[in-house]
Amino acid sequence: VTRNSDARPLMQRLFEPRRLDTMALAPKIGTYTVLGIWTLIVLFPLYWVLVTSFKIEVQVDDGPYYLPFIDFAPTLDAWNFMLLRSNTLGPYVNSIVVSLASTLLALLIGSLAAYALVRIRFQVKLAAVLTFIVLLVGVIVAVAALDVPWPVAMTAAIVLFLLALNTYVRRFNAAVGNNDIEFWMISNRIMPPIVAVLPIYVMFQHLKLLDTQVALISTYTGVNLPIVVWLTRDFFAGIPLDLEESAEIDGASKFRVFFTIALPLVRSGLAATFMLVLILTWNEFLLALFLSNANAQTMPVLVAAQNTTRGPQWWYMSVLIVIMIAPVIVIAGFLQKHIARGLLVGAVKG
Amino acid sequence: MRESMAVAPTVSAETTRQSRDEWVDRNSGRIMVLPAVLILLAFAIFPLIISVYLSLCRFALAGGSFKLTFVGLYNFRRLLFGAQQYHFLGTLKPLDWPEWAGFGAFAILIVVWLGRYAATGLTVLGFLGRLVSASLATGLALAALATLPAGAYEGTLLTTCFYVLVGVLVQFLLGLGLALLCAQPIRGRHWFRVTFFIPLMVTPVGVAYMFRMLADMQKGPFAPVSAALGFGDMSWATQAWSARLMVLIGDTWQWTPFMFIVLLAAVENQPRDQLEAARMDGASSFQTFRDITWPAIAPIAATVVLIRLIEAFKIIDIPNVLTAGGPGLATESLTLHSFIAWRTQDLGGSAAVGYLLLFVSTITCVSFFNYAVRWTRRYQ
Repeated sequence: VTRNSDARPLMQRLFEPRRLDTMALAPKIGTYTVLGIWTLIVLFPLYWVLVTSFKIEVQVDDGPYYLPFIDFAPTLDAWNFMLLRSNTLGPYVNSIVVSLASTLLALLIGSLAAYALVRIRFQVKLAAVLTFIVLLVGVIVAVAALDVPWPVAMTAAIVLFLLALNTYVRRFNAAVGNNDIEFWMISNRIMPPIVAVLPIYVMFQHLKLLDTQVALISTYTGVNLPIVVWLTRDFFAGIPLDLEESAEIDGASKFRVFFTIALPLVRSGLAATFMLVLILTWNEFLLALFLSNANAQTMPVLVAAQNTTRGPQWWYMSVLIVIMIAPVIVIAGFLQKHIARGLLVGAVKG
Repeated sequence: MRESMAVAPTVSAETTRQSRDEWVDRNSGRIMVLPAVLILLAFAIFPLIISVYLSLCRFALAGGSFKLTFVGLYNFRRLLFGAQQYHFLGTLKPLDWPEWAGFGAFAILIVVWLGRYAATGLTVLGFLGRLVSASLATGLALAALATLPAGAYEGTLLTTCFYVLVGVLVQFLLGLGLALLCAQPIRGRHWFRVTFFIPLMVTPVGVAYMFRMLADMQKGPFAPVSAALGFGDMSWATQAWSARLMVLIGDTWQWTPFMFIVLLAAVENQPRDQLEAARMDGASSFQTFRDITWPAIAPIAATVVLIRLIEAFKIIDIPNVLTAGGPGLATESLTLHSFIAWRTQDLGGSAAVGYLLLFVSTITCVSFFNYAVRWTRRYQ
């Protein structure tokens, strides 16, 4: 009883908390009101999509009905049509395969690179890098503008590059270090995909891989690699060196150390990175629009294509949106604990 | 061990394997980085170079094949000064005196900023970098002012900048506000954290359709409300600014969670003892925020804004589905502009728009990194 009695004046009791881990009444009401309103803002659109997926055309066209069983009779018509009678499962499987495969690949390749960049010192001769760029531009100009067959141009470039490595490149000492390589890798993320998508399209057309899962998987891996390197490098930099060092003294190779010691230590961070990259690939629209057609079509493209001449059919559309959100929420639920912790590490490192 | 193997003649296979292992071990760093470098070369650097070439060409279908003609900077000239200016920069009108006054104020700000940098000791590279940032800002300001007079319209460049600048600012403020509220000693913090995260997981195309559904004035859930208020016949999709606002609302609904979740982690991680000391001294909550919380979270805040800036420039899904870029081209973003040019077989123009977007977003993001992110990290 004594704990609850507060002898302070009313205004003070309303606005000032007694201890740091409690709240006074007025701010408490304000806080819960604002958070409650935002909860509604977040959940109402999702609720509306969910209810709409149980409606039929008439129930949508007649104006808004809000509560299933009370002001309209829910049916499974739209679900039936989308899952059983139209081609939804194909894109759905494509989306699952493409996003899982490319996320795991990006995670593997990106964390390997990030680990090496954190733990091993690199010195790449600036002259070699410049030579490489000049030769790359040379090859592209030769093939595109001067009609040189590409195997010839490639061979010539490789020979010239090896020659350069063994001659003048040795004389210059200016070198590119770990930070520069990291910065280069991360800065690739700034590039808008629309700039890269046309050449990638042409490349896959030449390789006869257009409209395949392989094209999407490899492109997504490339696009998301910078994020993986950016995030995981901080996780690796945060783990203590001694464990890895003692393993190396015992004769373990760098790869062994990476897979058996470093990776398990950063699993929270990896889980957070996995979730973020998975969400990005699962929802990616522009690249899929260019690179996939009938065979490898993914869900976002299918959803976008629902805009028929009669206008979007909301009940079908809602089913698609619901089945797209559901698996991500389930995975996020499983990884919830890790995500919070992983983000914290990443966030604190900045 | 190794010596005993070396003398035994029958284990030559063993020794080659061993020397291979040694080679792998010696070069393990390179082997670890190589796949990432190759993939980035194939999917970023190589396309980037090809795109330069495309942006300098005119593309024409000829028979079953196509033909690329080198046209120099024609595509860029057309977008900035020529027939496509209305699409990229907007339908510009000559400045009147209020616009000139606004521009004068802006120019003074820029000069003062450059002057202050010069006064604190400058490097050539630093000054050149600031000059680049300043000229981009001035160009954008001029274009924006030239769309203010009657009969002038914004192009895709300004629309994109509107989405990016206003969108990121609003999302940051909302995310920070929610994070500060959520970091208080309240019940159900976990529930709020999980719930607020959800919009991030919804596909942007889905978000766009969702908001089209919600904003439907005849059949949407708010139809009775808008009818009661007398807005029943009004359509947000026919007005430039209401359509842009709709796109911005969808984008904000989706991306506020990202700001919120990272800022919440930062706020929860601020030094506890300082907070307690501040309370003992009777500091107001605003003072506590200004002197303790903000300095503690500023580096993370700047980083998260940078990440959002980078991604925000790429916006296409929401305007594409929500409004199809309309009315007219009011909600068209640069990526959508480039996509539409591609669909009309104007590959050179498409690549040129993409490159201009790349310039604008790179300069903006690098400027933000140099002036803001570095500045917040100065105490670390």
